[in-house]
Amino acid sequence: MNLSVQLGPLRLQNPVTVASGTFGYGVEYARLLDLNQLGAVTVKGICLRPVRGNPTPRTAEVTSGLLNAIGLQGPGVDGFIRQYWPFLRQLRVPTIINIWGTTIEEYAEVARRFDQLEGVGALELNVSCPNIKEGGAQFGTDCRLLARVVAACRKATRLPLITKLSPNVVSIVPYARAAEQEGSDALSIMNSYPAMAIDIETRRPRLANGVGGLTGPCIKPIAIKLVYDAARAVRIPIIGMGGIQSAEDAIEFLLAGATAVAVGTANFYAPRTALEVIEGLQRYMQRHGLTDVRDLIGRVDMPGAAGPAASENTCTPAESRMQQ
Amino acid sequence: MLRLLLFCRGQSARQATARAAPPLTLGVSPRMLPSTMVEESTEILAHERVTESYYLLTLRAPGIAPRVQPGQFAHLRIWSRPDALLRRPFSIYQARGDTISILYKVVGKGTAALARMQPGERLDALGPLGHGFALPSPDGPEPILVAGGYGMAALYLLAERSPRRGIVFVGGRRRTDILCEAEFRALGWEVRPATEDGSYGVRGLVTEPLQVELQRHAAHRKLYACGPTPMLRAVARLAEAFGLPAELSLDEHMCCGMGVCLTCVVPVRTDGGWEYQRACTEGPVFDARQVLWEIPA
Repeated sequence: MNLSVQLGPLRLQNPVTVASGTFGYGVEYARLLDLNQLGAVTVKGICLRPVRGNPTPRTAEVTSGLLNAIGLQGPGVDGFIRQYWPFLRQLRVPTIINIWGTTIEEYAEVARRFDQLEGVGALELNVSCPNIKEGGAQFGTDCRLLARVVAACRKATRLPLITKLSPNVVSIVPYARAAEQEGSDALSIMNSYPAMAIDIETRRPRLANGVGGLTGPCIKPIAIKLVYDAARAVRIPIIGMGGIQSAEDAIEFLLAGATAVAVGTANFYAPRTALEVIEGLQRYMQRHGLTDVRDLIGRVDMPGAAGPAASENTCTPAESRMQQ
Repeated sequence: MLRLLLFCRGQSARQATARAAPPLTLGVSPRMLPSTMVEESTEILAHERVTESYYLLTLRAPGIAPRVQPGQFAHLRIWSRPDALLRRPFSIYQARGDTISILYKVVGKGTAALARMQPGERLDALGPLGHGFALPSPDGPEPILVAGGYGMAALYLLAERSPRRGIVFVGGRRRTDILCEAEFRALGWEVRPATEDGSYGVRGLVTEPLQVELQRHAAHRKLYACGPTPMLRAVARLAEAFGLPAELSLDEHMCCGMGVCLTCVVPVRTDGGWEYQRACTEGPVFDARQVLWEIPA
């Protein structure tokens, strides 16, 4: 049975990784599970300098979901290389490093720094974090800026590049195409959805940041649709994510067009989920007489399926909004 | 940088239900990692109401129980509410043989759902988690414990395993908030209760009789505290005023419990300034001098 998939030049032994920000730097989970059984380990977002993050409360549990505004707390490139890389480089599976910056130059600089580090599996560009004032989402919701970020990082590194897209757009198609055109090897779809919760007794938002990003099982149908839309519009592979709790959830993403999947919020409450997804996927393939996981990719049986409207093939968000 | 080898699988056969990963060399300071934890399906052996909204839960947890250090916690998944995804953290009250017990108060929907669970039902538990109290040394300062409400639960193992006894100051709103007084006395500790409504012990906040005691005699004493944040802050202030060391167990809103989500961070003083540290990993027990109670401007 073949479980391996290609994310551009990057080969994964199976299609299951973890979502950036839900798995720390891998080492925290090393006592609970064998990380070498994953397709890849994806670490929390890194930028040039250490980041303190937002005030607390930073998360709030909502119905079938989790709202967060962590603020990309992290050790910065140097701290990451010093503290966490010695562990990660021992793994037999690739490490995907999620990177971000506040300017295009910073994105490129971080990419350049990791280009010089031996053993990195791929870089994932975080252009879609809703919880920081600068950087993050502004690049992911402006198609031209997105194109410039991807192009700058493409020039800065030969490492496989994965662009993690925001769900907070009218149509994901122009963004997916812009990333592809500028040399992204793969897409991650999706980041958290901008959201809010209010404590009715205090009348204050439940997050210190006021607003945050929604993740967990409640966003899964949104993510499935975005993966489906993007998969019909680009040739590069997609890592699907958003609310995966089980192999069944993961298979939905594959059928919608994802080549790989990432387990996110479930890592917070069920740390063995990614391994259970791999096991469950194999059982499903056996039950359906499948020998290659790639035979699931994009095989949703869509009644009256048509290709994406040609008019969506634009890089101007204003235009794509007008068309909706 | 400390290098540390883990031999999770080498522990023992009786942890058959516990799941552990193979050895790996970690390059990170152990303080920055979750403690030697396991995830296991535990069975509820007993579950009883203690007073009003306090409950005592006993679990068979053969993987967790022998590893517990005073001040550590267990992170429980309460399956009866599938729309509530997150685990809930609880101080481990007692650990005996292959069982752990948890003394908790119903404070929200999660604990309300937990309170309805029956012996024989199972709970997925992750633990023991966090860095707990440093055990007092036989010839070190006299330990003074300070607890507010269910904060007593976090201090019991410390009281049991401490090589020397001392005084426990325990406070609550009213008589029913004073927990396990007899248990601490049975261990040989002197218990001094205080209630805000005066229905039991001294009337007032727990830190008031503590202050009186420290004014009488403070030398060669150390404070260990667990309770609501205003109480901990008052204990930190007293420790500073009397020049005493103090360890505080912080009760923070948590999500993953193992150091990855960065929900439970507290501002902590460092050499160069301050940083956010995780109550679930570097804590829940912090040196009182390190804790910043407000974020510096």
